[in-house]
Amino acid sequence: MRIAADRERCTSSGMCALTAPELFDQDDEDGRVVVLDDAPLGADTGDAAAAIELCPSGALTAVDEHQD
Amino acid sequence: MIASETASSEDLPHGMPYHRDTRHDPPAALMALQDQPLRRMRYYPDDVEGWLVTGHALARQVLADPRFLTGERFVRSPTDLPHFFVSSSEHVPPGFFFFKDPPEHTRLRRKVTGVFTLKRMRDLEPRIADIVDDRIAAMKDAGSGADLFQEFALPVPSLVICEMLGVPYADRDHFQRTSSAIFDQAMPIEQRNEATGELFGYVHGLVPAKRARPGDDLLSTLAADDDLTDDEVAGIGMILLLGGHETTAHMFGLGTLALLEHPDQLARLRSEPELMTGAVEELLRFLTVAHAGMMRIVKEDAEIDGRILRAGEYVTVAPHAVNRDPAYFDRPDELDLGRNSQGHMAFGHGIHQCIGQQLARVEMRIGFARLLEAFPGLRLAVPADQVPLRTDMFIYGVGALPVAW
Repeated sequence: MRIAADRERCTSSGMCALTAPELFDQDDEDGRVVVLDDAPLGADTGDAAAAIELCPSGALTAVDEHQD
Repeated sequence: MIASETASSEDLPHGMPYHRDTRHDPPAALMALQDQPLRRMRYYPDDVEGWLVTGHALARQVLADPRFLTGERFVRSPTDLPHFFVSSSEHVPPGFFFFKDPPEHTRLRRKVTGVFTLKRMRDLEPRIADIVDDRIAAMKDAGSGADLFQEFALPVPSLVICEMLGVPYADRDHFQRTSSAIFDQAMPIEQRNEATGELFGYVHGLVPAKRARPGDDLLSTLAADDDLTDDEVAGIGMILLLGGHETTAHMFGLGTLALLEHPDQLARLRSEPELMTGAVEELLRFLTVAHAGMMRIVKEDAEIDGRILRAGEYVTVAPHAVNRDPAYFDRPDELDLGRNSQGHMAFGHGIHQCIGQQLARVEMRIGFARLLEAFPGLRLAVPADQVPLRTDMFIYGVGALPVAW
């Protein structure tokens, strides 16, 4: 999976960094999402899915990757 | 085709039930309405029809939908008590971003989100631990029989938010009185409006000194921001002071009561302290102290779950019912400190989700851990049914919690 983050929608709740600290952080300026790893593998994909689900603003989405 | 919304209007529930049958569960009459997770109900004071949401999936959808606003003036309440939204939105202070919609909401809220990040909360942990330890010492000085609410639950979050904002804690008599009046839905609305004005005036009065002699605090940072007026600084400061006060205080009070009334869960938490992070989430879910209803006004006709919500109608989400939705949580009425409570809506959802939620989590994690450690024999000093409870407050909780050890 690949994760897309929309920093304009982000409300800096910190839910992604709380849920999946290996994938997300918050910037120092106003706490908006910083994606550390946008292509999680293995066990991290479960954390990524939880972070996307818990994001209150809908700023995070899972992008389908078409393999060819 | 959309069914008529007026066909059986005489059967509509009149408001959102708030009288509790037990200390820790949402009203049974409210839970009985969950068979229709989105339903029509009548609002106070004029019986006008609107909506009530008690289901988890629909609450998520409504609270995240930009067609449901808080920047309007609220005149109706979901109960016969004038809602906090009604008393506050009548005199919305500039900067009070909870009652703003984007883009104004976004501009104001981003002025302060940088100080509530997880990183900043981690930096605050040692200071929070000191404050917690001081309050535990104060409880010990007061002796067995002390009121845990006054000695611990209220002062801990109050001291923390005062330090963050740079509000002198010595003024606490004033701002604790005004903030509890603002949230007291049983108090005449004129008095609550007066308290809102007083608290706004109090924070406003601090701004010139913060600009002249800035300290290492949030009000100083805001006062130095050319993009903000003094009124906006005061409104932002006021919302944080209000939000930082009674919410976590009531989680400490009611949370301690709930732990003492679930001795098996308490024993488990004492023997497995690593459960604390999840236990805090479960207490948030189980107790959901912000129980007065999250109100929105529909901006434009919106179809939700096959129903049409009309522009101008009121929608209330009942987060305490949502957090007991059996479609989302297994055995929702059980307090289970070992469960995964992720997805609870104690802090709301959408762009208005609690800005201080990470602070609240750290305060509770440290506060409950140290409290249990300091008082291995903690118990109620009165029978549980004699603990005064406040169902008519915007935030549900105990009025006092006499404890012994």
